[in-house]
Amino acid sequence: MLEAADIVIQGLLLGGLYALFAIGLSITYGVMRLVNIAHGDFLVLAAYLALWPVTNLYTHPFLAILPVVVLMFWLGYVLQRFVLNRTMGPNFLAPMLATFGLSIILRNGLQQVYHSDSRSLDIGALGTESIHIGDYIAIGKFPLIVFVVAVILTLATSLLFSRTRIGAALRATSDDAETAGLMGIRAKHTYAIALGLSFALVAVGGVFAGIRTTFTPESGPASLLYAFEAVVIGGMGSLWGTFAGAVILGMAQGVGAKLGAGFGILAGHLVFLAVLAFKPTGLFERSR
Amino acid sequence: MLQVRNLVARYGDFQALFGIDFDLKQSNIVALIGANGAGKSTFLKSIAGQIPNKGGQIRFNSEEISHLSADRIVREGVSMVPEGRRLFRSLSVEENLRVGSFAGRAGRWTLDAVYALFPQLKDKRHVPATALSGGQQQMVAIGRGLMSNPDLLMCDEVSLGLSPAVIKDIYKVFPQLRAERLSLIVVEQDIDAALGVSDYVYCFMHGKVTLHGAPNELTREQISAAYFGLEAA
Repeated sequence: MLEAADIVIQGLLLGGLYALFAIGLSITYGVMRLVNIAHGDFLVLAAYLALWPVTNLYTHPFLAILPVVVLMFWLGYVLQRFVLNRTMGPNFLAPMLATFGLSIILRNGLQQVYHSDSRSLDIGALGTESIHIGDYIAIGKFPLIVFVVAVILTLATSLLFSRTRIGAALRATSDDAETAGLMGIRAKHTYAIALGLSFALVAVGGVFAGIRTTFTPESGPASLLYAFEAVVIGGMGSLWGTFAGAVILGMAQGVGAKLGAGFGILAGHLVFLAVLAFKPTGLFERSR
Repeated sequence: MLQVRNLVARYGDFQALFGIDFDLKQSNIVALIGANGAGKSTFLKSIAGQIPNKGGQIRFNSEEISHLSADRIVREGVSMVPEGRRLFRSLSVEENLRVGSFAGRAGRWTLDAVYALFPQLKDKRHVPATALSGGQQQMVAIGRGLMSNPDLLMCDEVSLGLSPAVIKDIYKVFPQLRAERLSLIVVEQDIDAALGVSDYVYCFMHGKVTLHGAPNELTREQISAAYFGLEAA
């Protein structure tokens, strides 16, 4: 029984990390129907960006998050404003193909600079310390930090959308970009902010992922897959739905891994496929 | 305050407007009538900056605005209430109104002023805008248009799909707005409603102006001829 609780808790914590991967994807899809194929590669880029201050200035990886977030926000803003906006239109395939191209450029670019050696961001003892509850349950301090940060950022993002002026502009543009223009809202600017936000969250997720496991320039697609699965399981258009989807995915992987070594990731995929088969709109789709 | 000269507009290969000349004076209500496909909505969209493919001159408050995008034109003081209301469906009534003020023009129109004009909206302000009745939605759309504190408000088919009683309620506010030195262009299929409220009438057919004049100077026969393209019987 307690062992089962342990599996659930580990899955929940892993889901926090996946939520950080997925919420950015959920935002860009929700606001502008952009499926960013390069999402995972930008996640890896964020980890490499943090690597520079960590190895050269001996910065703690947690402290490296802030500048990487700022940098990634502006990278997202500029990328959308000057590249992806040109591809936006009735055909959603055009921006998707553009991000597919970006994914290839990014992977090969990182390969060129950093080669294929696997890297990681070291946080010392904190990476392995845990809080023990009884004999069966051990909660890792670092996964707990990741989970708490994920909850806070999901809450902050959701408040940004529901309470602020820019949030109202984002939702209005998502509903009807043409009419939003009549209100003085420039869709190109709003879309750029949406990708900036997405990238800011990717930055946090990428650095945490780089602390949790090693990464190489080829690590992106797997992260993209988890992010994508979490968004689909949760249902489009709801941030907490995405968060829940990420947690479900994390738990499925946790349960799978207990059943047999190497079965973890497959179990996640199976849950994803089951949702696609029985409730393709996702479990927590916001009706509107 | 608004002078349009030789305005042409196209959707791809299809030409919708063929050299429209149009004038509007300060604090006037101009009704724009005509059958479906006459180019009334295209005309409003051209002024609002929603049709990129156009030619001719549009001068507003002595400034050329024909090259500006929609989000710039609203900052110049031209606001549009689009056909079909086009409320933002994931926003509440109050959020829809607030978004209307995002162009950043200060003036008399605030949330309270809109609620004073349409008291029914105040109780519903936290309800999703699309959960309201058709008439109330139209009030939100007009209120949203006013929130940018425009000098010119353009209303496209505000009476479409509404009951006569509700239409009367909505038309009642136009003279009030005119009294506050706002100018209006009202696109309308219902000729009586249009003539009743306006200072001047333009009739469009097949993308051209077929008739214009003050309502009391125009006869039924002239209007029928201009509207349907029939010679007066």
